[in-house]
Amino acid sequence: MITIVDYGTSNLGSMKNMLKKIGVETRFASTPSDVEDATKIIVPGVGAFDAGMRALNGSGMVPVLNRKALEERVPILGVCLGMQLMTRGSEEGKLEGLGWIAADTVRFDQAAHPGLRVPHMGWNEVRMRKPDAIVANMPEEARFYFAHSYHVACDVADDILLEASYGETFPAAVSRGNIVAAQFHPEKSHRFGMWLLRNFVEAR
Amino acid sequence: MLRTRVIPSLLLKGEGLVKTSRFKNPKYVGDPINAIKIFNDKEVDELVLLDITATNQSKGPAFETITQIASECFMPVAYGGGIATVDQMRRILNSGVEKVILNSVTFSDPAIVRQAADEFGSQAVIASMDIKRKLLGGYEVMSHSGTRKTGQEPVKWAKRMEECGAGEILLNAIDRDGMMGGYDLELVSRVSHAVSIPVIAAGGAGAVSDFAKATDAGAGAVSAGAMFVFHGPHRAVLITYPTRTQLAAMGS
Repeated sequence: MITIVDYGTSNLGSMKNMLKKIGVETRFASTPSDVEDATKIIVPGVGAFDAGMRALNGSGMVPVLNRKALEERVPILGVCLGMQLMTRGSEEGKLEGLGWIAADTVRFDQAAHPGLRVPHMGWNEVRMRKPDAIVANMPEEARFYFAHSYHVACDVADDILLEASYGETFPAAVSRGNIVAAQFHPEKSHRFGMWLLRNFVEAR
Repeated sequence: MLRTRVIPSLLLKGEGLVKTSRFKNPKYVGDPINAIKIFNDKEVDELVLLDITATNQSKGPAFETITQIASECFMPVAYGGGIATVDQMRRILNSGVEKVILNSVTFSDPAIVRQAADEFGSQAVIASMDIKRKLLGGYEVMSHSGTRKTGQEPVKWAKRMEECGAGEILLNAIDRDGMMGGYDLELVSRVSHAVSIPVIAAGGAGAVSDFAKATDAGAGAVSAGAMFVFHGPHRAVLITYPTRTQLAAMGS
């Protein structure tokens, strides 16, 4: 059973549908008590950083999520904005992030890469930066669907799990202990997304 | 490197899928769920789903049908047709759709594009523009499935949509729709070079080689309808999608 955090700004239908497709049961959590007994958590997210953070703060779930992530060390997967919310903060907004990952969220540098169209939207290939059960048996030519204008910038290179290139090279996925996060949308990435989600379910 | 997205465009009319020619003569091509299962197997990049009667019949979006279809989509899907309020967008995005496509409402209420981008992010908002070539030269943007003139010129309107926060432009050449004779490359080039957001070229694709021509002209993504649902000179219905090798060979 995977608990999907519902703080009101995400497309939860896709995640639920994809997990159902690979035979994994899900439930949505929208209150602190919904998260209490979660054993595996997905933090999805689309949209602007402050809107997401405000909604998450407003849901009252942040304290219990902090405990789950940092003390109980429950496996947690952040996706897209969900990944960015796990950083200290974003150039897109003013609010403080969850700070679970030693990273900041920054905008694609269009000044350094003239002609680069932002958002980075579409299918991109990724390269593995370190071995981890969550990327075990990566399919050949694995590609994922991205849709974002900001990306995380890690303090610690060893936290980077997968990287992708768009103008610059940026972390496509990070992992540290129980915390995993992906900038792309596994729930919309065909068999490649199914592969990653299945690994998250089985390996973490 | 980012690959060019190749996006089948599916037209919904009631419960069935149809394909039009120059926005007219909808021909029934099958059941949407069946088509989407085939597109899943073919691992298509993305899907565009447009309800072509929702606005003109004042029905609004058919939420149940959209939810059903979205639950079968393991690729990103964008929906357009009859969307007039932010609440409708929220409902659609919650059902498993990634992007809303706004068209007629952007002319009566351009501010709604900004509201949508602020609430859902630009990546979730596509401004759709249906373009007709004018008899005496130049182009005009049409609304209401190509039935009403807006008086707007495509480049200016595309810039306006970008300023309002649209994350992509879906650029449909009405005169090319269903003709399979290639995209309107002049139109694609003009609009693509005027904005910095991705432009999805639509209308006219008949062969994989057309995709590369559109990207050379500046398109960030390409869409096709007839090419993916018709086969042969008699237009027998057959759902297809180029293989990765075919797409790679064309550089798209």
